[in-house]
Formats: sequence, C-alpha cells, structure tokens
Amino acid sequence: MSEKVSLVINGATVTVPEGSMVSAAVAIAGVTPFRRSVRGEPRGPLCGMGICFECRVSIDGRAHCRSCQIPCREGMEVRTGD
Amino acid sequence: MTSPGYDVVIAGAGIVGAACAAECARAGMRVAVIEAALIGGGATAAGMGHIVVMDDSEAQFALTRYSQVLWNELAGELTPDVEFEACGTIWVAADDEEMAEVWRKKKYYEDRGVPVEILDARALAGAEPNLRHGLAGGLLVSCDSVIYTPCAARFLIEQAQGRGATVRLGCAVVELTGRGARLSDGSFVPADLTVNAAGTWSPMLTPGLDVRKRKGHLVITDRYPGFVHHQLVELGYLKSAHTLTTDTVAFNVQPRRTGQLLIGSSRQFGVEETEVDPGILGRMIDRACEYMPGLRALSAIRTWTGFRAATPDKLPLIGPCPGHENLFLATGHEGLGITTAPGTARLLVDQLLSRPSAIPIEPYLPSRVYQESPHV
Repeated sequence: MSEKVSLVINGATVTVPEGSMVSAAVAIAGVTPFRRSVRGEPRGPLCGMGICFECRVSIDGRAHCRSCQIPCREGMEVRTGD
Repeated sequence: MTSPGYDVVIAGAGIVGAACAAECARAGMRVAVIEAALIGGGATAAGMGHIVVMDDSEAQFALTRYSQVLWNELAGELTPDVEFEACGTIWVAADDEEMAEVWRKKKYYEDRGVPVEILDARALAGAEPNLRHGLAGGLLVSCDSVIYTPCAARFLIEQAQGRGATVRLGCAVVELTGRGARLSDGSFVPADLTVNAAGTWSPMLTPGLDVRKRKGHLVITDRYPGFVHHQLVELGYLKSAHTLTTDTVAFNVQPRRTGQLLIGSSRQFGVEETEVDPGILGRMIDRACEYMPGLRALSAIRTWTGFRAATPDKLPLIGPCPGHENLFLATGHEGLGITTAPGTARLLVDQLLSRPSAIPIEPYLPSRVYQESPHV
C-alpha cells in the first residue's frame, strides 16, 4: 500500500500517492494553466520528460521549476499560472 | 563635392558604425554603410548593453560621460524594442578596502558633475536583497542605464536610412582605398571619405592596426522579475579587468526588462576559439554566486561568447588614420562600445567636417598609437 503526501497548490491542499510528480498533482487538482507564456497564453505539460519546459511552476518560492521532473514532497508549496 | 558616389562609406554596422552612420546622415552627408554579416552582429550583440560612466582615466571618463549624456538625450526617441532602462549601476564594495575606493570614486564623479550616492551595508542590502550578507556597501550611479544592443544598432541604422543613408548587408568590405570601398563581390562604392568601424575585423582592413580580440562570456537566465534591480558590478572588477596578461572574471549582473538576468563577465586575451570555455564559465558563475548566492537556484537558458576590440591603452581609435588618405578610424572600443558609440560618432563627424568638438579629441586620435603604414 503506497504512502500519501500532501502539498499545497495555490493555497489548496492536495493529497497524492508518494512518488507522484508535481505535474500529476497539479493535474489531479484540476488546476489550469500551469503557467502563462510571455504573451499571456495558457501553457501546460506537453512532453512529460523535462524537455519542453511548458509545465513550469513555482515551488517553495522558486520560479520556473519543471513540475514533470520533481516528485511531490510533504508540505510543498506550489504556485501555478505565472 | 562633386563625386558621383557618397560623401562617406562606413565599413561595419555594429553599434559604432551604426552611430557614425546616423551622425553623418544627421549632418547632411551622403552615407553608405557596408556590413559583412548582420547589423550589430559582432561584439555589439555579444555584449551586455551597459551604458556606464567609467573613471579608469580622464579620457575614458570624458568619452563615457559625454556619450552617456547623448544616450539619455536620445532615450525619448528609442523604440520600445531597444529596452532602454535607466536602472543605474551599483559598484559593489566587498570590504573596507573597496569601500575606500567607493569614497574615492564618489569624489571623482561628483567633482565632474556626475550625481552619485554612497550606499552603506544596510542601504545596499535594501537596494539589492539578493546580494550576500556582509558586503561593505556600494556606489550608486543613477544616470547609468542598459539597452538591448542589437535593436539599438538597428535603431541607429534606421535613423541613418531615414536621412537617406544606403545600407548594404551580406557583403564584406575587402579594401578601403582613398576613393571608396572595394567589396567582396568585386563592386566598388566610391566615396570621398572612408571609415573603418569594423571592430575586431578592423585590422584586416587597415593592416598594422593594434586592435586585438579580447574574449568574453555571458550567461542569460530565464525570467525572474525583481531578482535584481540595478546593474551590479564588483569593485574588484577594477583590479581584475585591466590586466593584459591573465584571464579574469568578475561579478557583473544586469537586469533585463524581460525579467531575465545577464551574468558576466570574463576577459581573455590570445584566444581565437568562439566556443564556450567551461573552465572560464565555471569561474565566472562561481564569482557571481559568491556575491549573489541565490543565482545558483536560477535557470540559465543560454551562454555565449564574443570578442571585444581592444587597444593597448584601452581607449578607442577615433579620427584620421596616419598615412592613409581619406581614411578615418572608429574602432577599438573594447568593452565600452555600447556606451561610447554616440560620443564616438559625434567626435568622428566633428573631424570629418572640421567642426569643433565638445571634449578634447587628442586622447582618441589614432596617431597616438598608429605611427607607420605599409602604404605610405
């Protein structure tokens, strides 16, 4: 039986199986968009393997983190839509 | 003049050639600019775009200050893509020795009419919270600014074109004769006067010119708005940047309007390879992170290199080339070409038209270093 971790996405607590990537947690939480382009267009994960940079979010105050490459940690603060 | 060609032909459309073209056209001359590659495609685009008043020597101060005032006069006309930002420079002092240099520098600038402000340790931390703790302070030079260099060069070229200048791209000048410019496609552009503004390529057009390549590296990050507010340069830069013999790095970070950060700087002589040198790049980033530890957590999206056109006495060559009829030089600006392009252009056109200049021209005249010519 897998352990669970809870993180905070845009102020709301989300609980996911341990080992889930942040991108999965954001998707489970139903939050869109992950980020906005320089001209304000909505963006979300495309490649899921760290190449396209479209899934970037802020994690614990650090901007431009690739959410598809970072496992969820207990208490992590995620902000999307920047 | 009744020649069928131009009054002046300029080799090179970097920031210096572009500024000279705009200034010549403004003075009513018929101008042709010949550029082998792209507008601002050499040292211009490789550089940071820092418009900075410097005080290594009286002559350097005079030209940088004169030019910085000209940039500020032009600021209102610049198009948005030039990204002119009057962010100011903070010269960062790490210790008491460098703080003493801050006070010396303050007096030097104020004696010459440049408003500056001393920042103590607390004021520096308030102005730039991402600098490390324990720095001694700094000197804020508010009149300094930054621009996006390739668009600045393009802006100046378009200014020249708007006043009738002809611009030819993709064709190199292979020879500047006393009568015009011979191009790589075999054609000839007749002109009464010729200007070598070819930067690091200028010695190829004027053999014997002591203009050498000085390699530099830069890094640009992703967008982190508000991480840095001023152009930040370590005062240790004064100790490191001016040795002619060794490779040096210095903390030099610039905020862009996009929120991106440019991180520099490095200086290497005697290196021709354009590749990024991982050793130098590593040293440069380590130096930057010593001053600004939070940089380690940011993403760099690109690194590149460029070559500055350096002269032995660190002053540009502006004026008639001894032994060459109708040839003028506007080259050798090293790391200050973005700053000093408008002043260079003004001083050059003063000489082309035998006008008086606003500052003494003698320190920049090529005759100081260029004594002999194979063509005499």
